[in-house]
Amino acid sequence: MLQLKTISVSINKKLILKNLSYHFKKGKVYAIMGPNGSGKSTLAYAIAGHPNYKLEVGSLKFEGSDVTNLSPDKRAKRGIFLSFQTPHSLAGVNVFQLLRIALLGKEDPLTVKQKIEKIAKKLEIKKDLIERSLNVGTSGGEKKKLELLQAAVLDPKLLIFDEIDTGVDIDALRTIAKFMSENRYGKTYLLITHYNRILHYIKPDRVLVLMAGKLVKEGNAKLAVEIEKKGYKRVVSS
Amino acid sequence: MQDQISSTLDFEYKYGFRMPQNYTFKSKKGLNEEVVKNISLIKREPAWMTKFRLKSYQIFKKKSLPSWGADLSSINFDDIYYYIKPVERQVSSWQDLPKEIKETYDRIGVPEAEKKFLAGVSAQYESEVVYESINRELKKMGVIFCDMDTGLKLYPQIVNKYFASLIPPTDNKFAALNSSVWSGGSFVYVPKGVKVKMPLQAYFRINSERFGQFERTLIIAEEGSYVHYIEGCTAPIYTTNSLHAAVVEIFVHKNARVRYTTVQNWSNNVYNLVTKRARADENSVMEWIDCNIGSKVTMKYPSVYLYGERARGEVLSIAYAGHGQHQDAGAKMLHFAPNTSSRIISKSISIAGGRTSYRGLIQIMPKAKKSSVFVSCDALILDEKSRSDTYPYMKIKENDVTVQHEATVEKIGEEKLFYLTSKGISKSDAESLLVNGFIEPVTKEIPLEYSIELNRLINLEMSGSVG
Repeated sequence: MLQLKTISVSINKKLILKNLSYHFKKGKVYAIMGPNGSGKSTLAYAIAGHPNYKLEVGSLKFEGSDVTNLSPDKRAKRGIFLSFQTPHSLAGVNVFQLLRIALLGKEDPLTVKQKIEKIAKKLEIKKDLIERSLNVGTSGGEKKKLELLQAAVLDPKLLIFDEIDTGVDIDALRTIAKFMSENRYGKTYLLITHYNRILHYIKPDRVLVLMAGKLVKEGNAKLAVEIEKKGYKRVVSS
Repeated sequence: MQDQISSTLDFEYKYGFRMPQNYTFKSKKGLNEEVVKNISLIKREPAWMTKFRLKSYQIFKKKSLPSWGADLSSINFDDIYYYIKPVERQVSSWQDLPKEIKETYDRIGVPEAEKKFLAGVSAQYESEVVYESINRELKKMGVIFCDMDTGLKLYPQIVNKYFASLIPPTDNKFAALNSSVWSGGSFVYVPKGVKVKMPLQAYFRINSERFGQFERTLIIAEEGSYVHYIEGCTAPIYTTNSLHAAVVEIFVHKNARVRYTTVQNWSNNVYNLVTKRARADENSVMEWIDCNIGSKVTMKYPSVYLYGERARGEVLSIAYAGHGQHQDAGAKMLHFAPNTSSRIISKSISIAGGRTSYRGLIQIMPKAKKSSVFVSCDALILDEKSRSDTYPYMKIKENDVTVQHEATVEKIGEEKLFYLTSKGISKSDAESLLVNGFIEPVTKEIPLEYSIELNRLINLEMSGSVG
């Protein structure tokens, strides 16, 4: 589904990801773990196509075609979705306006509205949050739920969740994780996380460990449990 | 050559078309006493008005251009036509207008809007109001809505009492100019206790090249009344400059409320230099909603003189400056009485080398105790070439007051754009979305039809500017 071919990514000329290669397969759940500053978010941004995250070498292939030079909106249209670690606040723009424009020509506004309302109910998002400026004066958990809501309406093929479990209280986490697991419909998930706790709800097929911009270890779900017990250093060096 | 859009403009200005000129009268180019006298003569005005015009002309000659604000040095007062009478007489049915004038308003969409949601319409073409209509019910209730010239003829006592009492010709050079050559504009009178539920709209159109439009508007809202007046304006695109210098005076009596909405969309060769002022009596409310999208240069600072206790003044404004434009706009609030309050919300956007300036004055007189002021001006700058400045002036002569001032300058950040584009929205749509969101606090106050039009205009201008 998504192939990273020896990619090196820099921000402001500083090299963050180094020679990363990996093949994410369709319908699988991947956990991407690693200590702070290991390049997890950089990987997410590079896949989504942030203009400041420069691909120095390598290429990205999504569903068989090269997306290396595509703008973020075109990648999104192909089915790549990024759920932000810190979603930006948008004064005067609500989630309906955002999704209506994102789906312009694909779905009529009324359908978009109905979908939003239905999903909001499932995610226990209060009605006024949908009508209000997006992510303005909303709690951490609500922000993440609104990211998930966007994902569900946009219906992408590959979903990258950049720390959807941070800044979220335990009840919200349960709602989020439950929704993610019940509404996966065979989609590919890349779960970027520090902790194992979300992985109790969604079992990963593979766990990847990034350190200093390199893929240093890969394993099955047990690896995440081990990391939680022993910490990155001991697991990686063992 | 008709309908030709100047190649110097890189976006599509929908109202840039021009029509043939089959005019009844066109004054000679330039300004002198003869031109002023002639205007008064053609209009068969009372002697006091002729005198007032001539006196104003002398003041205009003596006054110098403002030393602050936008660059006005390229206005050539000798290269302007000051009066054009487009038709012999005014009509009250669109069908009776000459073909080219009717077509103009059809293309702008005025007759359509009238059918849908307006209580009265006045359409000014060059110097004269060519079409006028008002809802019969309102007429029966004593509401007057006509052009200023008719107002002077039919209601001389009212006009004499109020005319130029709030903005005398000595106020500034352009008020003096307007006072000497004024023509058209609206005269609105709302009797005691009458609430005009649907808006009254005036539409101003410049068609000729090197033309000066100088409409004069007077609105009087008697005790406990309400009226919402909307004005719109467009012009063809020429390589030469035109001048629009209006004067608007509003009197809001006790317990009355007036809302005045402007959607200014002049083509980018028009100097728009307008003096607007309202007097608010006891417990009254005056609201200016001022949207400046078009013009080459705009200098406009709608003011409220809060004379009566508990009077409230508001200015909500949007300024958009694209390539070659300078919007120097703002507001003035003068508190003369206790417990008066004012609120200014200004939103400006500059893009593609455009320049916006917020210029505001808050003045609280001694004894205007317990008065409160809230000012918030936000500027959004879309690229490195564009510029925004804030010039807030405060003269506060009373201690027992509350004054709050907030100002922000924001650049549309790459991070916000990435957030939106990563959700499948193109970069230009994302910019429009953020800009529309930015001005939303003001657009939500405008009737839906106008806010849609406003958003559409801004999107259109932006797509040309960034493309």
